[in-house]
Amino acid sequence: MERMKLVMVGNGMAGVRTLEELLKLAPDLYDITVFGAEPYANYNRILLSPVLAGEQTIDDIMLNGVEWYAQNGITLHLGKTITRIDRIRRRVETADGMTADYDRLLLATGSNPVIIPLPGHKLPGVITYRDIHDTHALIDATAQFQNAVVIGGGLLGLEAANGLKLRGMNVTVVHLADWLMERQLDRTAGNLLQRSLEARGLAFRIKAQTRELLAAPSEQGGRVCAVRLVNSDGVEEILPADLVVMAVGIRPNTALAEAAGLQCSPNRPGGIMVDDTLQTFDPRIYAIGECVSHRGLVYGLVAPLFDMAKVCANHLALHGIGRYQGSVTATKLKVTGIDMFSAGDFSGGDECEEIVLSDPFGGIYKKLVIKDDKLIGGVLYGDTVDGSWYFKLLRSGRKIGDLRDRLMFGEANLGDTGHQGQSRALTMADADEVCGCNGVCKGAIVKAIKEKGLFTLEEVRKQTKASSSCGSCTGLVEQLLMATAGGDYSAAPKKKAICGCTEQTHQEARDAIRNNHLLTIPDTMHALHWRTPDGCATCRPALNYYLLSTWPHEARDDPQSRFINERAHANIQKDGTFSVIPRMWGGETNSSELRRIADVVDKYQIRTVKVTGGQRIDLLGVKKQDLPAVWKDLDMPSGHAYAKALRTVKTCVGSDWCRFGTQDSTQMGKDLERALWRMYAPHKVKLAVSGCPRNCAESGIKDVGVIGVESGWEIYVAGNGGIKTEVAQFLVRVKTSAEVLEYAGAFLQLYREEGWYLERTVHYVGRVGLDYVKKIIVEDADARRALHERLQFALDGEPDPWHEPQRAGVDQRQFAPLVAETVQA
Amino acid sequence: MGWQRICRLDELPVQGSRVIERSAHSGGNVAVFRTASDRVLALLDRCPHKGGPLSQGIVYGESVACPLHNWSIDLNTGCALAPDEGCTQRFATRIDSGTVYIDLDAGARAPADPRPVEQVGADD
Repeated sequence: MERMKLVMVGNGMAGVRTLEELLKLAPDLYDITVFGAEPYANYNRILLSPVLAGEQTIDDIMLNGVEWYAQNGITLHLGKTITRIDRIRRRVETADGMTADYDRLLLATGSNPVIIPLPGHKLPGVITYRDIHDTHALIDATAQFQNAVVIGGGLLGLEAANGLKLRGMNVTVVHLADWLMERQLDRTAGNLLQRSLEARGLAFRIKAQTRELLAAPSEQGGRVCAVRLVNSDGVEEILPADLVVMAVGIRPNTALAEAAGLQCSPNRPGGIMVDDTLQTFDPRIYAIGECVSHRGLVYGLVAPLFDMAKVCANHLALHGIGRYQGSVTATKLKVTGIDMFSAGDFSGGDECEEIVLSDPFGGIYKKLVIKDDKLIGGVLYGDTVDGSWYFKLLRSGRKIGDLRDRLMFGEANLGDTGHQGQSRALTMADADEVCGCNGVCKGAIVKAIKEKGLFTLEEVRKQTKASSSCGSCTGLVEQLLMATAGGDYSAAPKKKAICGCTEQTHQEARDAIRNNHLLTIPDTMHALHWRTPDGCATCRPALNYYLLSTWPHEARDDPQSRFINERAHANIQKDGTFSVIPRMWGGETNSSELRRIADVVDKYQIRTVKVTGGQRIDLLGVKKQDLPAVWKDLDMPSGHAYAKALRTVKTCVGSDWCRFGTQDSTQMGKDLERALWRMYAPHKVKLAVSGCPRNCAESGIKDVGVIGVESGWEIYVAGNGGIKTEVAQFLVRVKTSAEVLEYAGAFLQLYREEGWYLERTVHYVGRVGLDYVKKIIVEDADARRALHERLQFALDGEPDPWHEPQRAGVDQRQFAPLVAETVQA
Repeated sequence: MGWQRICRLDELPVQGSRVIERSAHSGGNVAVFRTASDRVLALLDRCPHKGGPLSQGIVYGESVACPLHNWSIDLNTGCALAPDEGCTQRFATRIDSGTVYIDLDAGARAPADPRPVEQVGADD
């Protein structure tokens, strides 16, 4: 069958990213032809500023060379401008009469710099700053001339001014608004920025209006020689200028689309109108990037453009999944040595609250804007380490009540492990380790970002493995991305799909399973349009858990969709043997159990016997074939130390023995463990019960921590002793053990029903907010009892996999090796 | 040795695998996988990354995810999926009237063509 023809007009970052995504999804669907007006292949436009500043070269910023197009069978026409789209014949034409037919057309024409029609705007020496050509023109001018004026004190203007200054020119920035970068900064931050740029030798005319560009006499070449303006005092002034850079903004390049009769936004700044699939009013024509108007907004930063690319590619590939629903953007100025970050709505307003930290002499200013207990915007100046963290909070819409008192001091203040406590990626040496799990150092990450042209956290994770295991170094990796790939790097998408098999998020999958009463993994995948026939190692365990937790006793467990530990009911070790941890209620044991354990250790030649942090005994180095016999000989219940389930209830000896004990914590722990064991959950669950506030069982860092006090028990939830030590939060104080069982059970059932797979209680509670949990568990007695009853229903009759393997669906075949027998041919 | 009988197809778990034990001296264990679409493929039970037992991984599509560090290995080629790199040895298998055979000869490498040698009678 003949392949469809896809023609792309424009060869910029957004368009080529779309092609990359498309080739991943449907490499053979189209014959692709690309027309680029510039004579260069695909380069990183964001990094033109470092090129102008002399910090990088054009070669450094190339993303896809011409060989990439050849390798992927793409016909590339450089230096060719499309001047006409014939929508009837489905054909495009270049200025020099070349034509190309299309079945699908992708417009990625980008944007044009705005040129103010001042008298003299056409003079030689008046240039814009947009592409490699402009950059070269600016660099050439710096070699010959002394005085430059930049019109426009926005992001682009300041980057241009800085670059020209670094190349030795006298630079004055003329800016119309009340302060610099008024779209990205508030007045205070704008003034700080101006001061530090002035310290670098730049001059400013703020609130100044340019009136005219004056030409030198024609015998001197007729080049621009001065700028006439009216300054903030209303006084006229003439600045010498051999070079004038117009950087007053960009406007979507829609001329071609408009001439072809495609609907463009009538409101400024214009843009080709597209729907959530990036389709224009002509269903054969898609548009992407800076040239489009989506829901009335035009985006100029790379992150949203790449989000668009993903969606557009999916529709071009005829998968028809996914919608682009707009983006929240963040900005960082790419002037080396100046740290500035802004995101969201930072101007505030009547219904907003502001937290401000201001140290003008230290050059640090931070403002966070909060509305309805959510972060909606912020400006950071001088210290932007936490920019990516704030941006994440902002995009996730997470309630910040529990963080509020520490919010201003940043994520580093919350304490990660695994990278020597470093929190500022830029001050790290190349050999310093960023990712402690996978042993990835800073140099390796920076190299991968540069050489492979990475833009997103996901890409860095895939290529380098950094931040792909425990995730505690995510903030550092994001900082490196920002610093290396350019200011407006792309953060993880706002809506995060479970895995590459689907567009669905964890929440959407959960909701669909509940609302449509889905009972099997294949049915769920079918209903939710999974792209792969039987999922992958990421989505299948998640779906299996959602089915079982939503429909207990109805949905059937699929052991093949569980990680090996939950399939073999033991923990796999690095040498392929397993470890076995029998359950000891509340951490208490006796002589006959210890004798049986000792006998098992001897009989099966178990190499290591270790006491665990959860007060259990771990037998390490058991061969898989021996597991069933070991379980039988131990004659103790499964400890579920291998499962996303209730692990242990750790206890202190309590009032039975301890001279300080106020409550019988051991008995409470045993009761809790007997009530909750065999309980599968989104992730592992650990409890502890201490008999007094000395808290010897470490209840403060457990999913549910119970502490005995004279008048009863205090219950704490959502603690964690892992990657990021998180102190559990106080939930409620109760009087009786029966209440402890009900409150703890109800909280865990809420987590079981609403948590996302692999989300620990601390992250679940962080996501929904402690107030929400309290409202249900503490304030609503009916809801609490109902939750507790649902938990008991789910656990009722749940088998012990070690001793009732048939009922638990344990595949016995896995424990017996196969034997290869030679047969007669 | 040539073709050796190992088991009936229904003795292999769907989306799962079982192990043929061999001493380290004779090359180490071999993992025999059965996919959701009832293809049977065999690899040396050693992940090219850190030697993890692939037989214990989650089988999906025609790949297996190593249980130790979640590398994905293509069951047809024995090679890691991008961006990871490395391959483990493949063994030819065939299904005849519901019985699974394997060729464990180190010399008789599985064919370069990633499709199976023969798949007849995979009907039960």
